Amino acid sequence: MTTGTTDPFAYHAPTSVEEASRQLSRYRQDAKLLAGGHSLVPMMKLRLASPQAIIDLRNIDSLRGIVESDDGITIGAMTTYYELESSDLVNRRAQAVAEAASQVADVQVRNWGTIGGSLAHADPAGDMPAVALALDFTFHAGAARSKRSIAPDRFFRGYLETALRPNEVLTGITCPYLPPRSGSAYLKLANKASHYAIVGVAAAVTVDANGVCSMARIGITGAGPNAVRSRRAERILVGKEPVANVIARAAKRGGAEIAGMFNDDVHASAEYREAMTQVFTERALTQAFMRAMN
Amino acid sequence: MNHQIRVTVNGVEHTAEVSPRTLLTSLLRDILSLTGTHVGCDTSSCGACTVLLNGKAAKSCTIFAVQADGAEVTTVEGLATNGDYHPIQEAFRERHGLQCGFCTPGMMITAVQILERNPSPSEAEIRSGLRGNLCRCTGYHNIVEAVKYASELSGGK
Amino acid sequence: MTSQTLIGQEVKRVEDAALITGRGQYVDDLQLPGLLHISLVRSPYGHALIKEIDVSDAANADGVTAVFTGADLQDQLGSLPAGWVLENMAQPEHPPLAYEKVRYVGDAVAAVVADSPAAAIDAAALVEVDYEPLESVVDAEKATADDAPQLHEDTPSNKAFEWQVGAGDYAEAAANAEVVVKERIVNQRLIPNPMETRGIMADYNGGTEQLTIWTSTQIPHLVRLLFSLVTGHPEHKVRVVAPDVGGGFGCKLYLYAEEVICGIIAKQLERPVKWIESRSENYIATTHGRDHIADAEICGTRDGVITGLKIHVYANLGAYLSTFAPAIPTILFGLMLNGCYKFENLDCSVTGVMTNTTPVDAYRGAGRPEATYVVERMMDRYCHEIGRDVIAVRRRNFLRPFKRGSTVAVGVTYDSGNYQGALGKALEMFDYQGFRDEQRAARAKGRLIGVGFSTYIEICGMAPSAVAGSLGAGAGLWESSTVRVHPTGTVTVFTGTSPHGQGHETTLSQITASRLGIPMTNIEVVHGDTERHQFGTGTFGSRSLAVGGQALMMSLSKVVEKAKKIAAHEMGVDAKQVVFEDGVFYVEDIREREMPWGDVALSAYWAKNLPPGLEPGLEAVSFFDPDNFTWPFGTHIALVEIDEATGETSLLRYIAVDDVGNVINPMIVDGMVHGGIAQGVGQALKEGAVYSDDGQLLTGSMMDYAVPTAEDFPTFETARTVTPTPVNDLGAKGAGETGTIAASPAVVNAAVDALKHLGVRHLNMPLSSEKMWRTIKEAKAARRAERSANARRGK
Repeated sequence: MTTGTTDPFAYHAPTSVEEASRQLSRYRQDAKLLAGGHSLVPMMKLRLASPQAIIDLRNIDSLRGIVESDDGITIGAMTTYYELESSDLVNRRAQAVAEAASQVADVQVRNWGTIGGSLAHADPAGDMPAVALALDFTFHAGAARSKRSIAPDRFFRGYLETALRPNEVLTGITCPYLPPRSGSAYLKLANKASHYAIVGVAAAVTVDANGVCSMARIGITGAGPNAVRSRRAERILVGKEPVANVIARAAKRGGAEIAGMFNDDVHASAEYREAMTQVFTERALTQAFMRAMN
Repeated sequence: MNHQIRVTVNGVEHTAEVSPRTLLTSLLRDILSLTGTHVGCDTSSCGACTVLLNGKAAKSCTIFAVQADGAEVTTVEGLATNGDYHPIQEAFRERHGLQCGFCTPGMMITAVQILERNPSPSEAEIRSGLRGNLCRCTGYHNIVEAVKYASELSGGK
Repeated sequence: MTSQTLIGQEVKRVEDAALITGRGQYVDDLQLPGLLHISLVRSPYGHALIKEIDVSDAANADGVTAVFTGADLQDQLGSLPAGWVLENMAQPEHPPLAYEKVRYVGDAVAAVVADSPAAAIDAAALVEVDYEPLESVVDAEKATADDAPQLHEDTPSNKAFEWQVGAGDYAEAAANAEVVVKERIVNQRLIPNPMETRGIMADYNGGTEQLTIWTSTQIPHLVRLLFSLVTGHPEHKVRVVAPDVGGGFGCKLYLYAEEVICGIIAKQLERPVKWIESRSENYIATTHGRDHIADAEICGTRDGVITGLKIHVYANLGAYLSTFAPAIPTILFGLMLNGCYKFENLDCSVTGVMTNTTPVDAYRGAGRPEATYVVERMMDRYCHEIGRDVIAVRRRNFLRPFKRGSTVAVGVTYDSGNYQGALGKALEMFDYQGFRDEQRAARAKGRLIGVGFSTYIEICGMAPSAVAGSLGAGAGLWESSTVRVHPTGTVTVFTGTSPHGQGHETTLSQITASRLGIPMTNIEVVHGDTERHQFGTGTFGSRSLAVGGQALMMSLSKVVEKAKKIAAHEMGVDAKQVVFEDGVFYVEDIREREMPWGDVALSAYWAKNLPPGLEPGLEAVSFFDPDNFTWPFGTHIALVEIDEATGETSLLRYIAVDDVGNVINPMIVDGMVHGGIAQGVGQALKEGAVYSDDGQLLTGSMMDYAVPTAEDFPTFETARTVTPTPVNDLGAKGAGETGTIAASPAVVNAAVDALKHLGVRHLNMPLSSEKMWRTIKEAKAARRAERSANARRGK
């Protein structure tokens, strides 16, 4: 019942992804990768997680950095929220990423918490998964003898569950550039205690020269067992001028994919989450379209 | 297995043998006897344990000491220089930014980080910057006033 | 600064130098050679029989010295008593370590002692307890049902007491009233959350039989007394020390099980032991506050004269009676119900109920916020019902200003009051009519804003021992001081109050410096150590200045009187001719014959020229027991805005005018008012403990229980009126709880005001986003239904 100390564990701080992967294999299912640690360590202190080993990624230099390339912005898994929110490049070309990063928890957590840790942990109330879906991240995974990329739609599998294999390390993501006349936004209704998302909605949209919506992607977090794309809402927008009643109509379908699966807990009922998903879908879309048209 | 680590705390280099599960807070408080850094919760919520780790505000209860191997740490004990208060200490005293004093060390360290990144923060920026530090005595009113005053003392507007 | 002017000045705190440099000494900062650490095994069930406890794995684990169960220590630990005993009150046994049955999640069943905190925690996980779960009940009303599970054999229907207070004849008043309004008002359970959790270190010397307990408490002297009574360890062989204490807010105001457990284990092992409560433990093992279900009724005329108030409360006391628990929902609640109003008929009854939850006791304000909430909510409810303005009706019902006592219907005598004055000052700071215009305009645009008022009183200066004793107190509530003048003229002040953030070292130094005309740097204030200051009561109920400050004034007068005799003798005049001013004794009208304070102090100890029959030395002890409580009051105004789409409610402005009598240090008083407001607003908007039906605390961490952050508040606008109390020479009433008492009704009244046009009449706290969203949705649906019904009827 007394808490504050974790169970004992072995500690490793490998210097390469390959080595980290080999250690994951060595401990089978019983090792945890440590990035910023701001999800994992509290769970360990409450003894909700008691891994046999911790594999700290802090010495792997290749996991750091925000790089501008032809395909988009490649962000190392160990990049912190603070680095994202204060990056000029990210603010310019992937605004929702910076916006989400700046809303995570608090200054201290953003200094140490990482995008890779957040995505790989796949907390159903984490902010980054919604943005990953709306901005169409490609996930990069590395293992001892292999590397692969994972499409955004296939990454989030369920509650705290991703497509990463037991020996894989999430090494980073690529956030493709949005075409001209695009905008993105992330808004959330925060849990008043934990600051996690009761509901968080990321939207990325593009309009054509005539002001008609040519692309819309909506990612929703907090509402259901894992982050999801809201394609039914997106379909209503594409091909239409994003005027208020069109956005409102789309927002009514926001989270339709989670129908019957909305989270219901001491912080918010399923009914409220469903309603807020629609409210925040409308707000995020409105913001994103405003940015697209400016 | 214990690990040998080397950490520079408030400018003084220390080496210590720690078990992997030793938290940075415990290294500071129990091994180095720097008890100014406090523990107020076990969920990384309250911020009483905040220190600067390589110049970045960190909740030292959420970081293992082994992760700080090779790092530089600043705690409340390291804020004053040669007996002169740091502007944030002066401001907390002058503006009555503390009552029971338990949250104060972490609160001041976070405030140092806020002002370092933004020497002239607005009230809203101060309030959101302090989101990760809980205080139950002051209603934050005089803490916010103290951070504003520290900004003035440090030459911010 | 000359010392005479120190009263009423914003003197910077003497406490701060240590606290801002990391030199504070809280319990967990203390070390002793050979220190062992205790981890407690706690019940995961709300209600269960303990069938068997197997400690063998834990006892054999690395680093473990000993493991104790309730059965092992039953004879030595005793039963924790309620320190306040009402008539016909059940007093169920409260074993510090449960041994047959557990009654709430968190009830301790075993103590593991090891050479490090980690070893103790690891081993605690190895203690195997075989429980037979029983049905739990967490709701106070449900717990009184015939078929509810029974917590204690000697507490039938789980009712610890039925308590009543009344005045006039409410039934008749209601029968004759033009308007009677009823409402069920729930005051939700809160978790105090001082930033420092509780912590204890204990050490025992078998040679001297001296037991020392360092504990994070507000009442070291009462802990010593109660510890001795419970364990039989002689009181004069127990020393209790409260070092720096990181906040209390009422939850460190009792003898706790852990204090007994640590003391007895230290004695048993003859080794120093330490227990530091984790935050997760704090949520379940430290007392909670509030938790009332009130059925209220208010009656009056159509034109705004209130004639009576009736209230029945189910007060949830938790699984055991904590030290002050019986006093909180009774004396500190019922005697407040007249508020600042004239009405003459009152009918209050309180049912104290045991449930399978953490014990409930004082939390900042303690009983008085619950009372003020009911009174101020029912006031607005009544105003809405008769369609009259909330300010006009309050004014109409206020007691007239008075300076020396006013006895109200409920039977208590308020010390001094000017409720019109405080309201008037608040309205100077806030353009009420302008706001009403703004509100109309905002509504037209779909914005929901509202204003709420709270014109409150409170009972402070917890003392009159005779009164408290007649109402059930098991100990005197006086306060004491010692003033020790050193031969060099420096002064040590010993106080029985026990501050934990209130700045007594500063405030009491200001008083001493002003009275003696010496610099504050020559004064040391000592508190929180039963060995250094022999007797005291402690810090709670906004009593430290009103009671402890006066005790200090008395000792200061005594040393000055004695010093005058010595100075007169030295100067060769009669003591009656000596004047003491600004630290100098001089002969009246003859300024050239004078002696400074320091010289007189030296004479007192040098003793070569003392008046005949006068003892050497310069030291005085005083006990002060006032003849009444003090009754601060004020007006608070809250402005809120509600986002209709999400239900999020935010505080736009907060104005507080408090009258706490004379103020020694306005900076410190303002600081306490700010903190109080934050806790009251926190209750209104965010905080609330939630239990599942089987007794699990669903809000058991800072991730689930919303402690307010800096972002939740605007800058507070505070001001004061000053109506000194005649109860003590300082004229000071007490300021620690006003904000908490006033704030929650102000905020809820504002939220109801914002939704009044939708037909909303009451909201239960906390005003969570979802609750507000649902309220607005349902109110609008009801109005639509009403409109269409009217339209159909119209056809």
